[in-house]
Amino acid sequence: VRNGAVRLVGGGSSSGPARTFLPPGTSFATRGFDIMTSIANPETSMSGAAARPPSRSAAGFLGWLMSPERRGPLLITPALVVLFVVNIFPLMWSFGLSFFEYKANRIAAPVFKGLGNYEDVLTDPDIWERFQHTATIVVGSVAVQLVVGFLLALLFAQEFPLRRYLLMLVLAPMMLSLSAVGVFFKLFYDPTLGFISRFISLFTPETFVILSTPARATIAVVLADAWMWSPFVMLLVLAGLVSVPKYLYEAAEIDRAGWWRRFRTITFPYIRSLLLLALLFRTIETFKIFDVVYILTEGGPGSSTETVSVYVYRLAFQFFRTSVASALGYIMLFAVIVLTSLYLYAIQTRRAEA
Amino acid sequence: MEKAREVRAIGKAGWGRTLGAAIVSCIYFFPVFFILTTAFKTRPDALAMPIKFLFTPTLSNFYSVFFRADIQGSGTTDSGFGLYFFNSLFIGGTSVFLALVIGTAAAYGFSRFPLRGNDTYLFIILTTRMLPPIIAIIPIFVLFRVFGLSGSYTGIIALYTAFNLPFSIWMAKSFFDDLDRDIEDAARMDGSSEWSVFRKICLPQVYGGLAATFVFAVILTWNEFLFALMLTGTETRTVPVAIARTIGGQVGVDWGLLSAIETLFIIPVVIVTFVLQNQLLRGVTFGTIRK
Repeated sequence: VRNGAVRLVGGGSSSGPARTFLPPGTSFATRGFDIMTSIANPETSMSGAAARPPSRSAAGFLGWLMSPERRGPLLITPALVVLFVVNIFPLMWSFGLSFFEYKANRIAAPVFKGLGNYEDVLTDPDIWERFQHTATIVVGSVAVQLVVGFLLALLFAQEFPLRRYLLMLVLAPMMLSLSAVGVFFKLFYDPTLGFISRFISLFTPETFVILSTPARATIAVVLADAWMWSPFVMLLVLAGLVSVPKYLYEAAEIDRAGWWRRFRTITFPYIRSLLLLALLFRTIETFKIFDVVYILTEGGPGSSTETVSVYVYRLAFQFFRTSVASALGYIMLFAVIVLTSLYLYAIQTRRAEA
Repeated sequence: MEKAREVRAIGKAGWGRTLGAAIVSCIYFFPVFFILTTAFKTRPDALAMPIKFLFTPTLSNFYSVFFRADIQGSGTTDSGFGLYFFNSLFIGGTSVFLALVIGTAAAYGFSRFPLRGNDTYLFIILTTRMLPPIIAIIPIFVLFRVFGLSGSYTGIIALYTAFNLPFSIWMAKSFFDDLDRDIEDAARMDGSSEWSVFRKICLPQVYGGLAATFVFAVILTWNEFLFALMLTGTETRTVPVAIARTIGGQVGVDWGLLSAIETLFIIPVVIVTFVLQNQLLRGVTFGTIRK
């Protein structure tokens, strides 16, 4: 085993200098390949060294397990096992379930239904309505977050006294619990006690009751969600704003470029990719919105603020249409996977640009 | 990267900007401030028509978070919130610790010994975190019932370990990726074993980052609602679920009491936000965006 380790040292060190000369944008795949080849053919990198020692047969299973080739797999196996047992296996199980007729509160065995559940889901007008509610909330909330977050970032993009402390006040909402924010706003929208309802009643004679109209309830949900997550957008934009090299602005000053032109040609290119990332990330997260709606409106009035997540919850745990809920869940999952790949693609594009 | 020698464009501004930012920040923070103050108000003060900014603070709300007056009169009973706060901390701490140990090993593997299809593994791992929790909860709920795990510490800790694992892996990997590999290669050339390269060179450099990851993940778990709602019982209930039940149950909600619970619930989070300010961007984007 000892010899095996020494052999790897030889392989590792010889590939080291070669790796450091790779351009920073080089993907992991190529780096990995580089390491793999150097591990697989240690002799080639150790010119003139002693013949390959018979370590593999001598050390038995433990030696086989601890050999350099298995180092990567060995390190990630525990994580993959945990994820598989607790996360991926249940998901596959419910994926199977989505092709059956099954109710979690009945003893009856599942009956195979093929794509029937998916057909039911895609043709059900109720579900399309839930998708529309979700889309309205996503578009409204993400738009507000982008605008407010952007403006907040502009405000904090300079160094000034007490900046760190004021920044904390703005960033705090983002770290709060979604359910806590739901409770907050439930209190603020309280017709007699809530300060938002009382503020509104200064302008209109009637008191503000959150569940009185669908439009109000939707705006109320959007406001709560946007308040919580605008700091997220701000944080991303701020990272872009402070990364602009100073010499670009100095050059612009020499050229006497105006404010708008400086913003459009210097600042914006630096924050464009981050804005896109913020947009994608927030779209994914808001698409899943559950806690705030569940606590604030419970989907009401009627079903006007019921989002897809809340509806899946109802289907699964109130109507016990377990397999239909699974099918709808998988349609959601598909959407999230597409958005996540887009997000990671945007991340890589940004790295390549940097 | 040659970013280090570039001078950033962050300009200097004076107290004028501080004043403007202070006004905006205070407006933005007002909802939290409102909750914090309501927690210290007596019932008439909380209901006072123009919002009262000057009032005599009382701790009675905080007292009734933990002890509820008996209907018969004199005695008080435990409201259970002591247990719920303990549960939140215990479940969060244990599961994050487990996730971080397993996750750090995996992150080191992904970062230093990439496999064929490394990016695919990482993508699948991130997807398990991005997927709507409502999808995961349906089969888990059924399976937990079958194995008798619902309402037990084991079940919820196992679930939260898996829930925190993708986050830990991506965060830890981002810290490992940031390290300068020449030092490791130099150590290898001097004959240190792979284990001591990890233990003596890589790990000490990322301790700070791992600590930030730990605290971050504890907050995420502390805040989590849906899994806790479905899978905890009376003995293992966490604070968010207990809060939701407090509003759901009664006809008239005692907002002073609720604000006091919320205050105890969010104060640690606000403090931690301040401490972690420099790692916040990395944390909220699961390590995908560093700077």
